[in-house]
Amino acid sequence: MATQQTRLLGKLAVAPSVIVLFLWMIVPLALTIYFSLLRYNLLDPGNESFVGFFNYEYFLSDPAFFAAIGNSLKLVFAVLAISIVGGTLLALLLDQAIVGRNIVRLMVIAPFFIMPTVSALVWKNMFMHPVSGLFAWLMKSVGLEPIDWFAQYPLTAVIIMVAWQWLPFATLILLTAIQSLDEEQKEAAEMDGTPPISYFYYIVLPHLARPITVVILIETIFLLNVFAEIYVTGSGGPAGNLPYLVYFQGLLNFDVGGASAGGIVAVVLANIVAFFLIRMIGRNLEG
Amino acid sequence: MASVSLRSVHKKFGPITVLQSIDLDIEDGEFVVLVGPSGCGKSTLLRSIAGLETINGGEIHIGERQVNHVAPKDRDIAMVFQSYALYPHMDVRRNMGFSLNLRKSPTRMVVERVSAASTKLGLNSLLDRLPKQLSGGQRQRVAMGRAIVRNPQVFLFDEPLSNLDAKLRATMRTEIKALHQSLKTTAIYVTHDQVEAMTMANRIVVMSDGVIQQVGAPLELYDRPANIFVAGFIGSPTMNFFDAVIDGKQAGLADGSLLALPASAAVTEGQKVVIGIRPEHLHFTDTGIPGTVVVVEPLGMSTQVTLDAARERVTLLALERPVLAPGDRKHLTARPQDIHVFDRASGLRVN
Ligand SMILES: Nc1ncnc2c1ncn2[C@@H]1O[C@H](COP(=O)(O)OP(=O)(O)OP(=O)(O)O)[C@@H](O)[C@H]1O
Ligand SMILES: [Mg+2]
Repeated sequence: MATQQTRLLGKLAVAPSVIVLFLWMIVPLALTIYFSLLRYNLLDPGNESFVGFFNYEYFLSDPAFFAAIGNSLKLVFAVLAISIVGGTLLALLLDQAIVGRNIVRLMVIAPFFIMPTVSALVWKNMFMHPVSGLFAWLMKSVGLEPIDWFAQYPLTAVIIMVAWQWLPFATLILLTAIQSLDEEQKEAAEMDGTPPISYFYYIVLPHLARPITVVILIETIFLLNVFAEIYVTGSGGPAGNLPYLVYFQGLLNFDVGGASAGGIVAVVLANIVAFFLIRMIGRNLEG
Repeated sequence: MASVSLRSVHKKFGPITVLQSIDLDIEDGEFVVLVGPSGCGKSTLLRSIAGLETINGGEIHIGERQVNHVAPKDRDIAMVFQSYALYPHMDVRRNMGFSLNLRKSPTRMVVERVSAASTKLGLNSLLDRLPKQLSGGQRQRVAMGRAIVRNPQVFLFDEPLSNLDAKLRATMRTEIKALHQSLKTTAIYVTHDQVEAMTMANRIVVMSDGVIQQVGAPLELYDRPANIFVAGFIGSPTMNFFDAVIDGKQAGLADGSLLALPASAAVTEGQKVVIGIRPEHLHFTDTGIPGTVVVVEPLGMSTQVTLDAARERVTLLALERPVLAPGDRKHLTARPQDIHVFDRASGLRVN
């Protein structure tokens, strides 16, 4: 039905939002790139000068950079592994006809609705606190020395917290997928005499391949950006990831140029990851 | 191969009784078709035999064995589902061999059985394809192949052809029948298509509301339906029914016209009955039941005429080609031996 005029009209109508969106994205990006090429320190304002790629050299050769990349990757992989394995098991469990299934499901989903800052505070002060935390109390009551999570195993502690938040998401998606498994296929498997392990391996798991890929994609994007949990629990030093390092450069070292270079590096890395993920997903979603 | 027998099988879903007191004996090697209107419990009965539903009462025997508490996989039966239920991530070969592999059958045997079945079904060139790369008819064949390789005692089919188009359905019907004749495995086949039932069955079981109405060979059901339900269900176009009252050796219809009854009719004077006449048994005559032509539909081989007669809508199938127009007044009759008489209160056949 689209005539020449209506098509032109359509273009004119969407133009403002496209332009706004474009500016929204391009202005910060351009400014960040611009800042990343300057010597720009908040302690020394008014003395900005062009330094070329010095900030990049500095950022990329900083040992903290490799530590941060390492932490970022460890965090992403650990949480992905926990949430997918755990999510699959939980989804299988929740698919059974257990009493009070609806309430249990609601409770399982609940962590996903809690703000990261809040959950970090709750975990830090009520569970993992070495004196007043629940874990400390549990360990003391069986006569063990309590663990000071954020001092001894900060990255593990952050991983536990973040996994706790993302497990429900994976569970929810995988549960929906399991429930969409064809009834007659289940019955065919039953008549073929498929034992539970084979049933899971040959029937359920292939069926879950796509939703698992989707979970990986979405979680990776968000997990690369985890910040609140690290900031709030003060684990930034030993467990800081890339976003935390950028924050550290910019707002604790007042080095805007270095932070901008770090930001650009993070953007490039995220795009590389996204490229591979999208390819992987594309292959999985095709058929 | 084995016989199957059901003894007063009951099945309830919550408070609703879906099968009540089903008794049925299926002989070794027989092809039995379950027909009935939607929701009458055909699938439930089949699934009870398969073990996918537990029955609330009665006994199911497969061969010599009582299988009430035997798991589906140990009943030695194979089922072909309406949606085929192929495993989407396995190619045709693995789909067919899956159940044998699960049983840890020797690889050579699996390969032999799969290739025998695929040759039989013409699937040899498709063995490496995934289900989604097959047409509906090919999927249907794979589903049958999956059942055949297990070499079961009994085949169960639940409306296996209902997802196919009319032409393919006719082809597959013939193929399934031919397959049964070469394998000679007992088969129970559910359908609500009475053409499938008539053409494929050694015996037909007509069900309604969870009760078996009649069991018999296709033509037996057609020629001597046991009650009004079977009479109306089997045959297309459906049988014509007239309310009538017995008047001597004749039946008085609603418009006052009289129809001679078959000699075998066991009726009493004044009994309220229903007269059934198949469309092809009605003829035009000079005297008889007066009627008005409503529609004339030439079908080629025959002509289907719809009339209003004796306060009913009546269908007549004529092999000759009558020259008729809507509004024509004609008289109808049928030979006494072609007339079915049912008691109106009980619905049962009385001749
Ligand atoms: N799981 C169930 N829970 C409750 N009621 C059920 C269940 N399955 C079937 N029924 C009911 O049992 C009755 C018989 O169902 P069934 O599936 O056996 O019918 P059918 O004869 O196969 O019909 P169709 O030709 O439509 O497939 C129906 O009234 C249906 O609503
Ligand atoms: Mg059914």
